[in-house]
Amino acid sequence: MAETKSLIGTQNKKGQTYTDPWKMLNEAPRTPSFFTGSEVIKEAIRRASCDIMIAYPITPQSEAAALIGELFAEGYVGDYFRGESEFAVMSQCAGASFGGARVFTTTAGPGTMRAMENFPMWAGARLPIQMIVTCRGINSPLSIQPDTLEISYLLNTGMLVWHAETAQDFFDWILKGFIVSEEPDVHLPLALCCDGFFVTHTKDVVQLTPADMCLPPYDPYRSPVPCMDMECPPVRMMRDPFIMKSNYISYATHASWQQEVWAAVERSRKHTIHWLNGLIDTENTDAEIMIVASGTAVSQGREAIRMLEDEGVRCGLVKVKTLRPWPEEEIREATKHAKHIFVPEFNVTGWLAKEIRATIPDHHRVHAGPHVCGGMTMPPEIIVSEIKTALGMKTFSLAGRGS
Amino acid sequence: MMSAYRVLPGPEHFLPPAAASMGIRLPNPGEAHINGVIVPEDQAYEEAARQFLMAKVPTIFPGPLVLWAWNEKAAKKATAIRHLFETLKECVQPGQKPMLIPMPDYRPKYPKINPEIEINPNHPNLTIWHNKIDCCMFIGVHCHQANLSLKIIRGGTSCYTIAMCAQAGHEDAMLSFRDASVEKIMKLAETVKRLKGTVQPRLSAAKN
Repeated sequence: MAETKSLIGTQNKKGQTYTDPWKMLNEAPRTPSFFTGSEVIKEAIRRASCDIMIAYPITPQSEAAALIGELFAEGYVGDYFRGESEFAVMSQCAGASFGGARVFTTTAGPGTMRAMENFPMWAGARLPIQMIVTCRGINSPLSIQPDTLEISYLLNTGMLVWHAETAQDFFDWILKGFIVSEEPDVHLPLALCCDGFFVTHTKDVVQLTPADMCLPPYDPYRSPVPCMDMECPPVRMMRDPFIMKSNYISYATHASWQQEVWAAVERSRKHTIHWLNGLIDTENTDAEIMIVASGTAVSQGREAIRMLEDEGVRCGLVKVKTLRPWPEEEIREATKHAKHIFVPEFNVTGWLAKEIRATIPDHHRVHAGPHVCGGMTMPPEIIVSEIKTALGMKTFSLAGRGS
Repeated sequence: MMSAYRVLPGPEHFLPPAAASMGIRLPNPGEAHINGVIVPEDQAYEEAARQFLMAKVPTIFPGPLVLWAWNEKAAKKATAIRHLFETLKECVQPGQKPMLIPMPDYRPKYPKINPEIEINPNHPNLTIWHNKIDCCMFIGVHCHQANLSLKIIRGGTSCYTIAMCAQAGHEDAMLSFRDASVEKIMKLAETVKRLKGTVQPRLSAAKN
C-alpha cells in the first residue's frame, strides 16, 4: 500500500548496502569467525538494520545487551537505552514497535518472568519485536545457570518461539527471524531462545555474512494493524477493552482477535519452512530409537548417538527448531518408525516431552528424559544410559564415584 | 498436507475457527483461493464476478487504506473501486441492489453504530443483517481487522465474502485475491462487465 520504493542496493549511513535477504543469507560469501554467542548476537544485529534496542542487565544476556550498546555508539543501531526493569523494557519495546520501529531486546530467566504480561500484549497487538531469551533458572533458590523452564511459559503467549542449538543458528536465525516475523500475514513477536552460558558464553566458529551487507529496513506500512492510533484497536483496546462491554458480539470480537493471533502463528509456518529449511532437522529417521530434542540438548543427543553407534545401537535424531509454530506433522512423520522416543531436556518438568506426547500416536513410546536442571550439565553418557536402561541393556551408574 | 476444511458461507458456528488454524494456507503471488482451495488468479476473477452478479445485494466495503487519500496509490485505488461499483450498478438486473458501504475506521462504536451506513470490524454482522447483504468484498482494510471481520461474518451470517487484499490474502474470506492493485480492481470490473447477462441472479430474499 505504501509508496515506499525498494531500498535494496542503496547504502545506509554506515556504508552498509541494503541487500536482498535471500541473497545475503544464502548466496553471499561467509567468513569463519571465532566468537562467543553474545558476540554473535552483536554481529547479527550489526547487519539487522535495527531501529532501537532497549536493554536491562540480567545474566546471562547482559554481555550481549552491553555489546549492542557498542553498536549504538558506532552508529549501527538507531537508538539504545536502559529501561527501569524488564517489565519497563518490554513495555517500552511495545511503544517503539507501535510507532513503526524494528525493535530488538534481550532477556533471561526471572527477567522473562517479570516481563511476562507484555508478551501476549505484543502478540495481540501484532508487534514484530524480536526478543533473545538466554535461558537460565527462574525459581528460588536463585540460579543463574542454564535451565530452559522459562520457554514453557512463552509457548502460549502467541509469540513465535524458536530454540537455537548453536551460535551459528543464533546468527542466522536472528536475521531470518526479522524477515519471518515482519511478514504482513504473520507480524508477530519472536522469542528466539538459547540455553544460557552454553551458547552465550562459549566460543565457536561461526560463518558470518559480509559486514557491509544489511537487511532492508522494516516497512511499517505492511503492518496488519495501523501504527499507533490512539482511537483504534489495538491501542484503544488496551484502554477500552471489548470485554468491558457485556454482550455477545463484544466477547465474539475479542475471541476472534485471539484466534487471529494464533492464525498468524500458523501462517508463519510457510515462511519459516522457507527460511529455516524446515521446522525440524532429522537424521536416521528409519531407526527404531529416536532422540527428539531442542537447543543444546540436540548437541548432547548427537554425541550420544555417536557413542551408541560404537556399541552397535542405531539411533536417530530430530532437532526441533521451532516450538511455535509447532512442527506437529513433521515430528509425527519423523518418528513413525520409532519404538522408543527419548526427549532429553534441561528443565525439571519435561515440557518438550509433553508437547511431543500430545502430538504423536502411541505416545507411550515417549521416554521423558533424561532431565537435568538448575544449571547441571547433561553428559551424553546419561542419555546413553537412559536409552540402554530402557532397552534392557547393562549400563553403569553415573550418579557418583561412591565411597 | 491439504486441509479438508472449506471456507464456506455460514452461519458456521457460535465461534467459528480461524481458517488458518484449520490448515487453510494463503496463495502465492499469481494465485488466489476459493473456499480455501488455491486456484490460478484468473479463475478467481471469474468466480468473484459471478458471485457479485448472482447476489441480491452485492456490496463493496472499502476500508481506511483506500478511503483516505494518504498517498497517490490510495487515491487511484479509490477511483478504481468507484469504477467497479459503477460497473456493478450497470451490470445487475432489476431487483438487485449494489451498495458501497465504507469502513472509515476501526474504532469500537459504542453504545451504538449506525450499521446501515457504515461497517465496523467489531460487529460487521449488523451491517450485513440490516442491509440484507448476500455478497461483499473487503478492500483497503488492514489485514488483522479484515480477518476479524470476515470470521465474524462467517460465524453468524450466510453472506459470501471476497477479499481484495493488498498483502498476502485472507483465508477467512470465501474468495481472496492478494497483492491488490488498481489493475486488479479494474480487471475485476472488466470481468463483471464481460459476464453481464450470463449469470442468473438470486432474487429471493437473502437469508442472513
